[in-house]
Amino acid sequence: MTTLPHSTTKKLGLVIDLDTCVGCHACVISCKGWNTENYGAPLADTDAYGSDPSGTFLNRVHSYEVQPPQGEAQLIHFPKSCLHCEDAPCVTVCPTGASYKRVEDGIVLVNESDCIGCGLCAWACPYGAREMDAVEKVMKKCTLCVDRIYNENLPEEDREPACVRTCPAGARHFGDFADPDSNVSKLTAERGGMDLMPEQGTKPVNKYLPPRPKDTLSEGAGDIDILAPYLEPVAQEAKGFLGWLDKTLEKL
Amino acid sequence: MPKDQPDLDLSPKVSDEVRKTTCYMCACRCGINVHLKDGKVAYIEGNRDHPVNQGVLCAKGSAGIMQVNAPSRLRKPLKRVGERGSGEFEEIEWDEALQIATDWLAPIRKDDPSKLAFFTGRDQSQSFTSFFAQNFGTPNYAAHGGFCSVNMAAAGIYTMGGAFWEFGQPDWDHTKLFMLFGVAEDHDSNPIKMGIGKIKARGARVIGVNPIRTGYNAVADDWVGITPGTDGLFILSMVHCLMKAGKIDVNYLAQYTNAPCLVNGDEKSPEFGLLLRDDDGKELVMDRATGKLTPFDQKGVKPDLTATHRHAGISHRTVMQHMAERYLSDEYAPEAVADRVGISAKRIRTLAAEIARVAFEEAFELNHAWTDFRGETHLTMQGRPVSFHSMRGISAHANGFQTCRALHVLQILLGSVEVPGGFRFKPPYPKPATAHPKPHCGTTPDKPLDGPHLGFVHGPDDLALKDDGTPARIDKAFTWENPMSAHGLMHMVISNAHAGDPYKIDTLFMYMANMSWNSSMNTGGVMEMLTDKDDNGDYVIPRIIYSDAYSSEMVAYADLILPDTTYLERHDCISLLDRPICEADAAADAIRWPVIEPDRDVRGFQSVLCELGGKLGLPGFTNEDGSQKYADYADYIVNHERKPGIGPLAGFRMGEDGLTSGRGGVNASQLENYIENGGFFVEHIPEGANYYKPWNAAYQDWAVGMGLYDSPQPYLFSLYVEPMRRFQLAAEGHGDQQPPDHLRERIKATMDPLPIWYDPAPDNKVDDYPITALTQRPMAMYHSWGSQNAWLRQLHGHNPLYLPTKLMRENNLADGDWAKVTSPHGEITVPVLEMAALNENTVWTWNAIGKRKGAWALDENAPEATKGFLLNHLIHELLPPKGDGLRWANSDPITGQAAWFDLKVRIEKADAPAESQPAMKPIKSPVGKGPKTLTWKVGK
Repeated sequence: MTTLPHSTTKKLGLVIDLDTCVGCHACVISCKGWNTENYGAPLADTDAYGSDPSGTFLNRVHSYEVQPPQGEAQLIHFPKSCLHCEDAPCVTVCPTGASYKRVEDGIVLVNESDCIGCGLCAWACPYGAREMDAVEKVMKKCTLCVDRIYNENLPEEDREPACVRTCPAGARHFGDFADPDSNVSKLTAERGGMDLMPEQGTKPVNKYLPPRPKDTLSEGAGDIDILAPYLEPVAQEAKGFLGWLDKTLEKL
Repeated sequence: MPKDQPDLDLSPKVSDEVRKTTCYMCACRCGINVHLKDGKVAYIEGNRDHPVNQGVLCAKGSAGIMQVNAPSRLRKPLKRVGERGSGEFEEIEWDEALQIATDWLAPIRKDDPSKLAFFTGRDQSQSFTSFFAQNFGTPNYAAHGGFCSVNMAAAGIYTMGGAFWEFGQPDWDHTKLFMLFGVAEDHDSNPIKMGIGKIKARGARVIGVNPIRTGYNAVADDWVGITPGTDGLFILSMVHCLMKAGKIDVNYLAQYTNAPCLVNGDEKSPEFGLLLRDDDGKELVMDRATGKLTPFDQKGVKPDLTATHRHAGISHRTVMQHMAERYLSDEYAPEAVADRVGISAKRIRTLAAEIARVAFEEAFELNHAWTDFRGETHLTMQGRPVSFHSMRGISAHANGFQTCRALHVLQILLGSVEVPGGFRFKPPYPKPATAHPKPHCGTTPDKPLDGPHLGFVHGPDDLALKDDGTPARIDKAFTWENPMSAHGLMHMVISNAHAGDPYKIDTLFMYMANMSWNSSMNTGGVMEMLTDKDDNGDYVIPRIIYSDAYSSEMVAYADLILPDTTYLERHDCISLLDRPICEADAAADAIRWPVIEPDRDVRGFQSVLCELGGKLGLPGFTNEDGSQKYADYADYIVNHERKPGIGPLAGFRMGEDGLTSGRGGVNASQLENYIENGGFFVEHIPEGANYYKPWNAAYQDWAVGMGLYDSPQPYLFSLYVEPMRRFQLAAEGHGDQQPPDHLRERIKATMDPLPIWYDPAPDNKVDDYPITALTQRPMAMYHSWGSQNAWLRQLHGHNPLYLPTKLMRENNLADGDWAKVTSPHGEITVPVLEMAALNENTVWTWNAIGKRKGAWALDENAPEATKGFLLNHLIHELLPPKGDGLRWANSDPITGQAAWFDLKVRIEKADAPAESQPAMKPIKSPVGKGPKTLTWKVGK
């Protein structure tokens, strides 16, 4: 079994804004593209043009319908990748030490040359965030683009995960949660950023910003009386309206 | 114990080279950085400097690598050897292919150029393809706008000189309320997502009006699940509320719109309903300052909105008075419309009140001085932070033109167009209908057409009719059936050509248009029309030439295939002459260039047209000695001039003292300059010129300098669209050009110069088919050729029919069950899935996921072909017969826009078939099938 570092210098991770994610899958495919070409083995696709295509993805978007007790049903888009947990059960379960959490930044990685493809880590992860590559038979997971974020061959502004760089809606943010003044720490504090399944005790680093309340202009939401004065009639029919127009033009 | 952490290379080499070009995975035209390793595409990301996407990129864009390497790419020109529709081809050389095309087309041009119908689908080179068609001399040219969103574009141009998407955008920096109507995850793909993200980050509100709560509507703060096809009624009810409460921008209406213009009120006059004008044709207004009639554009004029004027014994009243009479009527009260729109009266009022609150209580001013076209200087710019966006959802109905008009009128009443916080035009817009060409259809054997095909009509005299009154165009655009069909009617071409109505054609030539599948109504019927033979055993449509980069369903139905390149292997220009990529603050255009070379024997379609134009001796494509003028499309892009100093690209032109922008001479190094600049060109509008553009003297002067106009073109917004009234006048019996009698009542009823709403449902047999069926395309595939893309098809590999909870219960359906869906035209049997966030009387599915077996290099058992399906089988290009023996198009009677979203169906549970029904027989793939497994890593 493999041990976790007692602490990490930085806690790098993502803030994902569920209020803004439109479910476009840009992050999914950008991740697929970068990580197919870069870190470790390419992310394979089996039966790519066939009846049951199945590929390795390090990031997927799930969509859930929510029916509140009152009001209209809602649709929430929920992107999910490795949360780089502080108490990562996928690391401690690894029989070879292939899975590890980096001491300098907390990124959870798989050293593919040591991975025997036993799949224990995927069973241990409560989030389903690891995928066995069907061709290479090694475990694949989000690397937080460790080969981008420090990469001196990239312009400084591009040293962020591919999913963050590409997100059209700006729903993904990358930073250091160990720094209370970082963008991700501030967003988490301001918007009530949440842990995914905290009861699992994994202490995920990634945080989710919950959707803001919806349909507040609907009936019964209490806004009717506040807004009613804005529609106070200036006239009941055309003639009175023209009189009002005249007076308004006079004042201009 | 942990092992030591491995020593990672944290700075691996990313690529050998980055080449910057323009994406073409959809119509959005983002800038992309294509990373190459060993000359192969290794990774694609957004270009941070690009005005459209500013670095971001959607799923389609990032999946471009799978498109460029798709096994469905055509490899070589093909000549049909089996029956049409079988997919039996032989590969031929380009010389032979071009000779066949020349041998077919040259005699047509010499004899009767209208025997060629040349229609392009998802074409981003329309100023070039139309130039070819115009030089050939056929009147039969258009792109796909007629079956896409012409209602939005045309209503916007006629009303205010531009619409949404390529025409304009919300003022993302200042808007505080953003309202979307009927938007699928579509046009302006990344900019809308970026804008929503931006305004949400600062707490602005988004309201989505759509029967389906997905995508943008899922993140909207408020969702209005409207009854499909009733948006116009809902909007006019909000107009009622806002006018009644005086929540309109009176100064804006008086100064910048035709609200104060004077409408002839004499029913007997041949000018009844037209606007009072001076001898120069300028609209006259009553000046409150002098009490006299004055042309609208005079300095110091204070136009009166309530004036009545008697002139030559005829009373004239202002447009504003007509609007007050119509919209203050109880007919538009929320209580009167609530049942039909499916939104409670209370909620309609609440939404209208919120619009009023933000527009007027959160109004603000920018401290930018500007001078208007009357010569008045204003020290500030009045902001109205309410903005709107809409596209196909509200336009693809038979009442779509009037609905889009209603939305534009709502924006104008609020004074929120071209002001801070509202909706802003992108150059070359604003551009009023009067500044656009009129349609041309004058053919002469062996000669070019007498002018551009498409344009804007201003009355019956501008229709595209032959001397005998019959339609000049095969698609019957610009006829009494649909007078304002500014984009043509691509969806009627095959049907009309097959019927020989209005006449027979010889050759159908199409580009990037999947007409035998998802781009047609009545898909099965179209396949029959394309393969139908006459008594002699000849095809009714004698010859079909088709160009596509991929093995689409349409390939099998052509006689000659001209294989196109992928978007990374070609030159293109995203031109200001066409559909540019400008921003509200800047003019911009862009190129594509071959960042990789094709590994197949394929050629860019536009380059092929340069060659074909040369072989046919077309004037615009040959030198004086008869030799081919443009070696290829790149040569055309650089060297063609539409008029002196104006070419396809506005950047890096040659001025007297070196490189210049806008107007300028040919620069032989122009493409290299673009490449050095990241593949695009951008020229910013000066501060103070960038709002109030239709009336802002500084903007108008800047636009003239850039070559967007030849002279300043200030104009009034048309709340009242006078050209529509001219068609009504004709229908009432005035004038020489008269409509056929069977169309008179419809023209009178629908061509109202002020927005109206009418219900298309009865024509679609709503009593027997009470449920509306809609389609959307998923964000990861919108407007793309990517549904066979190895990565994207894993996101959306088949498409269930989504049913609201109520219909699931009523029909005793559970997820995974199958249902028979019947329309007046046909039936399909498909898998269903429950969706709660859906209008309770609407069903929908993802469009164009379903594929025909044998197409796109997919396995015949691919879920796209076995479980996927098209709603197109249920939609006919004609309305159900009315019993009068006439063919009534399933189109908007004003523009001819295909009314896809008027489809009415009924649903019943069905036994599960082996595959979605109808199942079409497989076509033979001209490219074989794709590989089993992909491990796509080009680097070492």
